[in-house]
Amino acid sequence: MPQLLDTDLHAAVEDAAAHLYVWALKDIPQDLRDALRDAAGRETSVPGQRVLSTILKNVDVADSEKNLVCQDTGIAVYTCRVGEHFPLHPARIYEALHDGTARATLEHPLRSNAVHTITRENTGPNVGHRLPIVHWEFIQDWDGLDVKCVPKGSGSENMSFLKMCVPADGVKGIKQFVLESIVGAGGKPCPPGIVGVGIGGSADYAMYLAKEAIARPIGTRNSDPIVAQLEDELYGLLNETGIGPMGLGGDVTVLNCHIEHADTHMTLNPVAVNYQCWAARRATAHIAADGTTDFDREA
Amino acid sequence: MAVHEVTFPITDEKEILKLRAGDEVVVQGHIIGIRDRTQIRIFDQGIEPPMDLRGAFLLHTAPGVRKLDDGRYEKVCIGTTTSARMVRFTEPLGAQYGVRAICGKGGFPDEAIEPMRKHGMVYFAIVGGAAALETTQIEEIEEVAWEELMPECLWKFRVKDFGPLTVGIDAHGNSLYHDVQAAATKKLEELYARL
Repeated sequence: MPQLLDTDLHAAVEDAAAHLYVWALKDIPQDLRDALRDAAGRETSVPGQRVLSTILKNVDVADSEKNLVCQDTGIAVYTCRVGEHFPLHPARIYEALHDGTARATLEHPLRSNAVHTITRENTGPNVGHRLPIVHWEFIQDWDGLDVKCVPKGSGSENMSFLKMCVPADGVKGIKQFVLESIVGAGGKPCPPGIVGVGIGGSADYAMYLAKEAIARPIGTRNSDPIVAQLEDELYGLLNETGIGPMGLGGDVTVLNCHIEHADTHMTLNPVAVNYQCWAARRATAHIAADGTTDFDREA
Repeated sequence: MAVHEVTFPITDEKEILKLRAGDEVVVQGHIIGIRDRTQIRIFDQGIEPPMDLRGAFLLHTAPGVRKLDDGRYEKVCIGTTTSARMVRFTEPLGAQYGVRAICGKGGFPDEAIEPMRKHGMVYFAIVGGAAALETTQIEEIEEVAWEELMPECLWKFRVKDFGPLTVGIDAHGNSLYHDVQAAATKKLEELYARL
């Protein structure tokens, strides 16, 4: 079999990125559709029901009009799982993700949100210095690449919170901070969404983990049973706050709560909250070493 | 909780005064799209907006559009942004320009309640993120001013059956956001006690 050229694989990754970005924006995953329908079924407040039935209608209209679910095309965030034997170097994978993001933005066209952080001048088609953002994970004994695209809206990203709790605050301090953050956010992050919580590690890593948490399929649980129990408990508590859909009051404040954790220093107890709006968009591509690509809306 | 249909721009203040926090509203007529940079230009840089805002319905938006060969704009995807960033413009919008309704998502903090009561204004809550539906309710982009602020220009849209919206803050000093926050803050004390 002839050796696959780097340029071909580069093209495959770029094509995947371009497709994933637009696809994620238009066709939300089935688990999210189910969670929204379930939420509409149990909401009892009048404004809350109005919001949830409008959301369901909107998802249908996006399908029938082939339009974006939400106008905020977000900031393109990719999570890459790279096998150690995948033939394209991560430096080139990054370049392909960058080029694919720009191409999708120009071809669709999508609103371009990227600006220089001081001058606020637009920096290009949803790309710029260190944009898109890529999270990396490297996998031993594997030659594939998984790319997950999470277009992250700014309304929910603005509702991100970090607290360096001290060890004496314990788990109670973590729970209180998550609760006060979501109550404080009110309707701004477009509830009901997914509350991502990162605990442990360091300040920067806790927020990174919170972002990983919001990208999981809804209702999945951390493999550590102690953390999974905390996910269940926080999910229940958050829905007792009464913030409700779009902050107008009601029973459904969050669709779920996901936690990712890392071990930490004996004197640290960091907790980060990253909110994902109800339009919790994500789409994944599995790319084999020969460039064959399988798209997966549910991963 | 009543259901109303209101046409903008309004000429009769009674149209606003009949609305109560929690009511459902569907809007007809013309609405004006506005955002952070648009309002910074009007109020911080003191530049007069080239559109009449009297009786207007303002929508917090930065639409996704396509420019046509004849210079006009075609809608691609039009949705609504978080309002709270722009709350400080409420008072001058009412006092200087006679704006009657501001529509956005996520609500305004309590500092909007008094200007809205004083100037007979309401805040309409739209469903954030429901842009596919919202786009179908915007019939046409009729005018664009300050194109150099793209996409944060001043936009004039003709709408049909725009909504459903919820009256978040009415012109009588009531705010759903205030009430929900007050109840949630009280609830937190109870939840903390159980931890």
